[in-house]
Amino acid sequence: MAKVKYDILESTCVPLPLENVDTDQIIPARFLSATSREGFGDNLFRDWRYKKTGEKNNEFILNNSKYGGKVLVAGKNFGSGSSREHAVWAIFDYGFRAVISSFFADIFMNNALNNGLLPIVINDDHLQKLQDLVLKDPSTKVKIDLEKQTLKIIPTGDSVRFEINPYKKECLLKGLDDIDYLLSMKSLITSFEKTKSLEI
Amino acid sequence: MKPKTLFDKIWDSHVVRSIADGPDVLYIDRHYIHEVTSPQAFNGLKERGIPVFRPAKTLATADHNIPTKDQHLQIRDELSRNQVEKLNENCLKYGIELFGLNHSKNGIVHVIGPELGYTLPGMTIVCGDSHTSTHGAFGTIAFGVGTTEVEMVLATQCILQPKPKKMKITVNGNLHKGVTSKDIIMHIISEISASGATGYFVEYCGSAIKSLSMEARMTICNMSIEMGARGGLIAPDEITFEYLRELPSIPGIDNINVSISDWKKLGSDPEAIFDRELEFKADSIKPMITYGTNPGMGMAIDGSIPLSDVKNGKASVSFIKSLDYMGFKPGMKLLGHQVDYVFIGSCTNGRIEDFRAFAQIIKGRKKAANVTALIVPGSKKVEEQLASEGLLETFKNAGFEVRQPGCSSCLAMNDDKIPAGKYAVSTSNRNFEGRQGPGARTLLASPLTAAAAAITGVITDPRNYISEKIS
Repeated sequence: MAKVKYDILESTCVPLPLENVDTDQIIPARFLSATSREGFGDNLFRDWRYKKTGEKNNEFILNNSKYGGKVLVAGKNFGSGSSREHAVWAIFDYGFRAVISSFFADIFMNNALNNGLLPIVINDDHLQKLQDLVLKDPSTKVKIDLEKQTLKIIPTGDSVRFEINPYKKECLLKGLDDIDYLLSMKSLITSFEKTKSLEI
Repeated sequence: MKPKTLFDKIWDSHVVRSIADGPDVLYIDRHYIHEVTSPQAFNGLKERGIPVFRPAKTLATADHNIPTKDQHLQIRDELSRNQVEKLNENCLKYGIELFGLNHSKNGIVHVIGPELGYTLPGMTIVCGDSHTSTHGAFGTIAFGVGTTEVEMVLATQCILQPKPKKMKITVNGNLHKGVTSKDIIMHIISEISASGATGYFVEYCGSAIKSLSMEARMTICNMSIEMGARGGLIAPDEITFEYLRELPSIPGIDNINVSISDWKKLGSDPEAIFDRELEFKADSIKPMITYGTNPGMGMAIDGSIPLSDVKNGKASVSFIKSLDYMGFKPGMKLLGHQVDYVFIGSCTNGRIEDFRAFAQIIKGRKKAANVTALIVPGSKKVEEQLASEGLLETFKNAGFEVRQPGCSSCLAMNDDKIPAGKYAVSTSNRNFEGRQGPGARTLLASPLTAAAAAITGVITDPRNYISEKIS
């Protein structure tokens, strides 16, 4: 099934300067009972966005109207813990299309790439500078060019190159689907099964 | 031939195709599914109009979202009930074996897989659950995946996966009394941090590891993900083979001795190269407890909370936020601190040996009045063992209630939630904010430490309660 192609993204950012943000914070387990992929954005960072009383927590950055945009600037080791893909669905459903950090947990990274949410890894220094800039000036825009693998900080003109697996890059740019690709390989998989059963 | 690690041997023999500059197409021998992370994958198959490619290689259970009381009654929560029913429907429709709620083989996916003989050395195993690393104890490549990858496996029995780097962690020497395999892995994580092994697959080696039982090894491999590793594995040996020989049956295998001779070849070659190697001494490990909100924030039970997470520097915002959530201060000691709840169970410590360990300290004593205890066996089989070994009686006499199997308070999807602000000594694997319920404060520890807290009502060194012969 064709997916949406990943275009050049130009947007303001939401800073979340915390380390080790795990997937239980992104979407708490008690919201995982749904059987579809939609609607998880309402409960993104639920226990940080809302107080125990159910009121909005105005101290949390997502509730600060100054900040908005399609890019989440996160802290180190983002997305650790549970493998729940619901975490990526929630971030995407909320409206983000890219997450920037200096370090992502492995399963989160795979899940993000499989859902058209671009995980961008930059070094700690660059991340700190971007965090500071965005916190100070919420109108700060970035331009993400996946084709060129560059993240440009528009007001400063600084440009940072980021790495991405070439196969995954092509899938995102062309809107290709991994499962279609694997399905096209069925005869190869079947013959692999035959040789393998002879082996053991 | 180039020397290979155990990991390389299994991985390389499962690569259907290597994509240039891309991931490998990896064949999966065993796929476990549960109610929470599978429904969207089945929806994907429906939308594509395709069947499950190899239904016999997938095994299903309901564990995450089920009650641990009155399982014979209808599940009260509508969404949970719907999710469990969806699993039943999907398994029936696609011809997948299901050990669902109330089935005699039901239990936590990472407990039943091994105990029913579905997890075997040399396999590649995935499940939409990060603690799939548990199965690595048998010398398998086992790791957690997302729902899109669950759909890949259902559709083609393969996933696209980049090959991780390899790390060797050696633990040599003897453990002191009162120190368990849970303490070994918690010690390692506290040393290398909750992200210290991200990007790696870990092989655990050394005399301290090789002397452990299969159940203790599963506890270690289970928590590999808590230091960021994709998984962890241990080379199969006589202890592994003995465990498998004692199982009543192993699906698909008639003569286990033939298989064992193959499995013996799996161990890492002596000259095999790892990307990173670490060593620990078993005799320097003490009973461990966590003080923060990630599993890397752990310390010896008689220690003090560090003043900062930055060596000789100012504490990070995350560190301060974490201690604030826990109601702790830097430099504080935890021994003697009040405990409100004790949870024993989960895929980390919900096996029979864990309950035997718990019982060693509980036997002949009474539960502290201020403690609410949740004792949750990992499977129906473990529940039966508790009864046949007289442990149910021991727990009852000490004032404990035993629940029915499930993931329970480990992730608190069901009613087994720890109330906000309360302290829970938990034998599970994660102490994240709100993991055991909104506002709950989790202190991860071994079953022995949980038992000591359960009878005293405060954080207690389990070594005070065990004789020298038990270690």
